[in-house]
Amino acid sequence: MTAPTRPNDYRAASVATLRDHPGVRDSVGSATRTFDAHRRQAFSQIEPEAWRDWARDVKSHALTHLDRYLEEAEKRLTANGARVHWAESADEALAVLTEIVGRRSVRTAVKGKSMLTEELHVNPHLERLGVHVRETDLGEYIIQLLGEPPSHIVGPAIHKSIDDCRRLFHRELGTAPDAEPDALAAAAREALRAEFLAADLGISGGNFLAADTGTVALIENEGNIRLSTSLPRVHVAFVGIEKVVPRLEDVSGFLQITARAATGQPIGNFVSLLQGPRRGGEVDGPEEVHVVLVDNGRTELLADDAAWEALRCVRCGACLNICPVYRQTGGHAYGWTYSGPIGAIIAPALLGLEEAMPLPYASSLCGACADVCPVRIPIPELLVHWREKAVEAGLAPLTETAALKAFTLAAEHPELYRTGSALLRWTPWKLGGRALPVLGGWMQEREPPEPSARAFRDAWKDGLV
Amino acid sequence: MRVAFFATCLGDQFFADSCADAVRLLRHLGVDVDFPDRQTCCGQPAYNAGHRDEARRMAEHTLSVFADHEYVVLPSGSCAGMVRCFYPALLGHPSGSRDVGLADRTYELAQFLVQVLGVEALGAGLAGRSVAYHHGCHALRELRVEDEPLALLRGCGADVVEWEADRECCGFGGLFSSKLPEVSAGMADRKLATLPDVDVVTSADGGCLLQLSGRAARRAPDRSPPFRHLASLLWEGVGA
Repeated sequence: MTAPTRPNDYRAASVATLRDHPGVRDSVGSATRTFDAHRRQAFSQIEPEAWRDWARDVKSHALTHLDRYLEEAEKRLTANGARVHWAESADEALAVLTEIVGRRSVRTAVKGKSMLTEELHVNPHLERLGVHVRETDLGEYIIQLLGEPPSHIVGPAIHKSIDDCRRLFHRELGTAPDAEPDALAAAAREALRAEFLAADLGISGGNFLAADTGTVALIENEGNIRLSTSLPRVHVAFVGIEKVVPRLEDVSGFLQITARAATGQPIGNFVSLLQGPRRGGEVDGPEEVHVVLVDNGRTELLADDAAWEALRCVRCGACLNICPVYRQTGGHAYGWTYSGPIGAIIAPALLGLEEAMPLPYASSLCGACADVCPVRIPIPELLVHWREKAVEAGLAPLTETAALKAFTLAAEHPELYRTGSALLRWTPWKLGGRALPVLGGWMQEREPPEPSARAFRDAWKDGLV
Repeated sequence: MRVAFFATCLGDQFFADSCADAVRLLRHLGVDVDFPDRQTCCGQPAYNAGHRDEARRMAEHTLSVFADHEYVVLPSGSCAGMVRCFYPALLGHPSGSRDVGLADRTYELAQFLVQVLGVEALGAGLAGRSVAYHHGCHALRELRVEDEPLALLRGCGADVVEWEADRECCGFGGLFSSKLPEVSAGMADRKLATLPDVDVVTSADGGCLLQLSGRAARRAPDRSPPFRHLASLLWEGVGA
């Protein structure tokens, strides 16, 4: 499927997915329900509300003291022998790679799974520099072979069925057309092992950054991040500035709550802690470690007095898994890196409000996301917050604004309201409804409602109740 | 005890009979019911669409209409959620002032019956009937009203049948249903595809019922189950 490149295309892209690729809804629906069932089970084993309070409070504290903790982290990382880079924009982050690729004559790179590197468009940049880059997370590997962006924060190939993977691996890796999942994974492992051993450069993201020890912490299940961070001579970790937490001890808690929220595991199969390059006498690890602290719109989000809370996000994907809107289409319809509820509340700051439209409206405000968020981001309230900003910026449709202004005026004048709502009740839905705003959208997919014979207020007035 | 009945926009125009049933039910339980006739809309459509100023004006109006009533009862979890959860911040009055009072005095019908009146059993009028209950999102997640409607239905003898997707959004979402009709319809389809074979489907929210019944009628007009508002079903449950 061809993914749209912009959030503005959301409606068209969602329609195209539902109409042309009904299998996506099946794959995404089944996988997200499984993720969510595992999350529920995992949270039932702990005291979830106390954990969520703790996680919210630590993250909020770090975000409100961000300068202090980032400087502390930089100091410790530098003392550990890592090089720290501050990147205000994607271009500045990519420039770090350009320098390393030139200086170290990098020709091949392996990448551990990282949404931030997707956001920065690291792969196309490396390819322009002539570097062969390989995604090594199984899901990322699948979609790289297909030339698609990730469809989910945790499960990038969530929109693909097992048969899609069978066909792909049969074509690319020569596996049997009816190979079992284990055989497909083994074929990928074999192909990737050769790339790991040959790579000049390893690239990762970072789930958390402990300020007190200068430690980048990474969670995964397949071991590809462990290899990407330890085998190549040079390692570059891209870490969003919002990932810093005060202490390594905090990381220990976040590793657990994130894994429980994401996949229902008590902790990821692998946890990698990066502090710096190989030291004298050590046999493993890169010679050179770079940590790129990336802003790319995050301070803008931090400056918003409501939406800053979205920066607490640990990228577990729980809000996507529970979201009935996300389940309809998967992530591609959203038109940028971060889909689902969390994507819709960070897009306006990271992309700009106009560019992010209509993502804040891609929600029925059902509230399911707020109940599962491990760091208690008030997602529905923030969706409304961005809608308010859109109205202030004049981005709401003119017909909607005019209709709501008229409706409000009527609501303040009961007699006017009585007449107006009676008109709505007697609108010839079946005859002309399709041509009217609001009613047209309704009629497209549903039969018209049956209005009551008389309004309740009239029945009351006439003493019929 | 006196309560003010707030019919809500959809209740007034599309569920007038259910509003009447709600009033009958309250009277049957010994409650005097007022209907302040200056009532209009709680403001939720504007609030959810981001038109905060318009929402505030409607909230101010609603506050003035119900200023003096000890309880305000609505046949809608969504509108009750709007008043209870969002009025205090929207009206921006210091806590303890009238708006906070209205939030605390406002109840969805089933919530009022169970939490305030302490009703356990209404009658046996639903004996032998199988019912699927759709948890409207705002009753469930804003008001945290979950067991109350189920207990009331069972108390009337209904067999409340398990429904895999009973807590998932139906896709209504007010203007959402019209702005993104295809995704909204897909959400309704998921609900309908998992719906068990029952005598009647019910919910505390008219918006959800319009969405589910409208979509069911579009998909399979001949096989659409009856959709009834909770207020009507409970009144029937009294068996009076």
